[in-house]
Amino acid sequence: MFDTALTAGDLWFMMKGAGVTLAITFFAVVGGTLMGVTFGVIRSHVSPWLTLPLVFVLDIFRSVPLLIQLILANAFQAIAGLQISPFTTSCIVLALYTSAYCTEIVRGAIDAVPPVTRRAARSLGLTWGQDMTQVVFPMALRVGLPSWIGLTLGVMKDSALVMWLGIIELLKSSQIIITRLQEPMLILLIAGAIYFALSFPIARLGGHLERKWQEND
Amino acid sequence: MFEYTFQWRQAFRALPQMLEGALVTMQISLLSMVLGITIAVLLAVGRNSKSIWLRAPATTWVEVARNTPALFQIYMAHFGLGSFGIYLSPFVALLAGITFNNAGYLCETFRGALRAIPDTQMRAGRSLGMGPAKAFRLIIAPQMFRIAFLPTTNQMVWAILMTSLGVTVGMNTDLTGVTQALNSRTFRTFELFALAGVIYYCIAKAVMLGARLLAWRLFRY
Amino acid sequence: MIEIENVHKSFGALKVLKGIDLTVAKGEVVSVIGGSGSGKSTLLTCINGLEPIDSGRIKVDGIEVHARGTDINKLRQRIGIVFQQFNAFPHLTVLENVTLAPRKVKGMGRAEAEEIAVKQLNHVGLGDKIKVYPGRLSGGQQQRMAIARALAMSPAYMLFDEVTSALDPQLVGEVLDTLKLLAEGGMTMICVTHEMGFARDVSDRVAYFESGVMAEIGPPEQIFGEAKNEATRKFLSSVR
Repeated sequence: MFDTALTAGDLWFMMKGAGVTLAITFFAVVGGTLMGVTFGVIRSHVSPWLTLPLVFVLDIFRSVPLLIQLILANAFQAIAGLQISPFTTSCIVLALYTSAYCTEIVRGAIDAVPPVTRRAARSLGLTWGQDMTQVVFPMALRVGLPSWIGLTLGVMKDSALVMWLGIIELLKSSQIIITRLQEPMLILLIAGAIYFALSFPIARLGGHLERKWQEND
Repeated sequence: MFEYTFQWRQAFRALPQMLEGALVTMQISLLSMVLGITIAVLLAVGRNSKSIWLRAPATTWVEVARNTPALFQIYMAHFGLGSFGIYLSPFVALLAGITFNNAGYLCETFRGALRAIPDTQMRAGRSLGMGPAKAFRLIIAPQMFRIAFLPTTNQMVWAILMTSLGVTVGMNTDLTGVTQALNSRTFRTFELFALAGVIYYCIAKAVMLGARLLAWRLFRY
Repeated sequence: MIEIENVHKSFGALKVLKGIDLTVAKGEVVSVIGGSGSGKSTLLTCINGLEPIDSGRIKVDGIEVHARGTDINKLRQRIGIVFQQFNAFPHLTVLENVTLAPRKVKGMGRAEAEEIAVKQLNHVGLGDKIKVYPGRLSGGQQQRMAIARALAMSPAYMLFDEVTSALDPQLVGEVLDTLKLLAEGGMTMICVTHEMGFARDVSDRVAYFESGVMAEIGPPEQIFGEAKNEATRKFLSSVR
């Protein structure tokens, strides 16, 4: 198994794949978080009946396999003749997918801020905007950040599915090398180690923050 | 733009085949949950054990399951084991991958649930003359089951969604696999996968609804 | 009879019990008072073997609690204990809470266990709550349920560990009344308590604990009237 035909060039190919994984994750998480915060604030401030359509649509992204979402989006852009690249399509789908989860995290975090605290802030003469930026967001951040870190890592792992649209990210690049070298275990172990190295330290950080902030409460 | 005629009738003609695929999807997810829960309990015992020989493998399993993509785990079962001359069929590889993933996540769910039960409950049971095993079975386990119930049903939905990954290792009998097989004959990608998406959505909702009803029946307190 | 001989116990470097000697006869009610951290609660958990001891001996009806061959689960059936936290089993109804141990530990049939449970629950004034889950009960009611649960095992001894400390002031009375009733019925009891009125009215003897030592023991008139020990007097004047 250690007598391998794997070259530095192959490893570089995989690293480039990992770069694509990170790029897609970055765009998806940035886009998804912006949407998620917006939707989350709306969810926690507007009556449940009015937000029902939003809730329904977001729920679809959490109840249909991501792979099918990607296939549908790609088929749709082809049908509509939009000429959107698979990379952009993937980023959009993953961003919407992220926003669906992020909305729930944001809403939960905002709802975790006790109403009395908010009333206290308003009674001091703070405007709604000041209350949100000075009191609610800083408090909600502590509640939501650990889950948000988990979501980000989840999106990075789920981004492996974009290979179905022909994008050569980390796992697809490994598969290409496997097909050529026929050394599946070794190459997959390297791919797994890269994923693990990207995910594990951040996951530990998230767990650490969660424990630390819970102790203070 | 939109010089395309949607042909939904063709998709609907495929519905019986797709529903059969949905049954296979349910079968795999249920099996992976039963196996996953069983292994998760063992992993939880291992992770809480004092022996490094039990703790290290259990911890490794959990961390790998949680820090690598599910698709990677399925690839490991399907392609990776080939290095050792073990060739799993797509069905078994998919089942093994999802079970591996489920067990890792559920282990942490169960451990969290155990931590949430105060030590005094065990004490109260022991003080009534119960041995440790009996107190665990009658007092701790039912409470743990309740706390872990909702996260476990969420994992079940995850398992259902994960079965769609089987198509990447050549699975052609589950819902996504059947849909892809039809797609490669008819090229009605959008219609077929939209229908598949609706079926997945309905299954996911049905599972959640069923779980709610079950929880309402089981947990009256 | 509960015989405690020269019991030492420490948690790490902290010595909680430094040579306790105490004998409680059948039918006797002994109250244990003292500041927090004086070791009085630890003594109770040692008596029914929930905590190991470092040295000394505790015998219940002649059986040594911490000896190797002792069937501790069997022995605990004779010693009921009620804790400061009510420790209701939240997943069981009030009736199930009380019948659980008689059925699963003693192997009693459901009908018989329920008959005993209903009797005990009536006794503590919860006869109308048997189908309710503990989450719906007040603290005082939960604590009375815990007492009924311990009594359903027909123990020969009852240990009470600050059973009113976690209760709202207006709920203390109902629980103390239950204890009084029990004492009048001839139950052998050791009560760790902060309720001085209760200790004075109900106990045959009162023991004062200070930093792991039993500083003084005697009838309530002695302890509350003319305590021999300076520390006892100081403690009592501080709580009054």
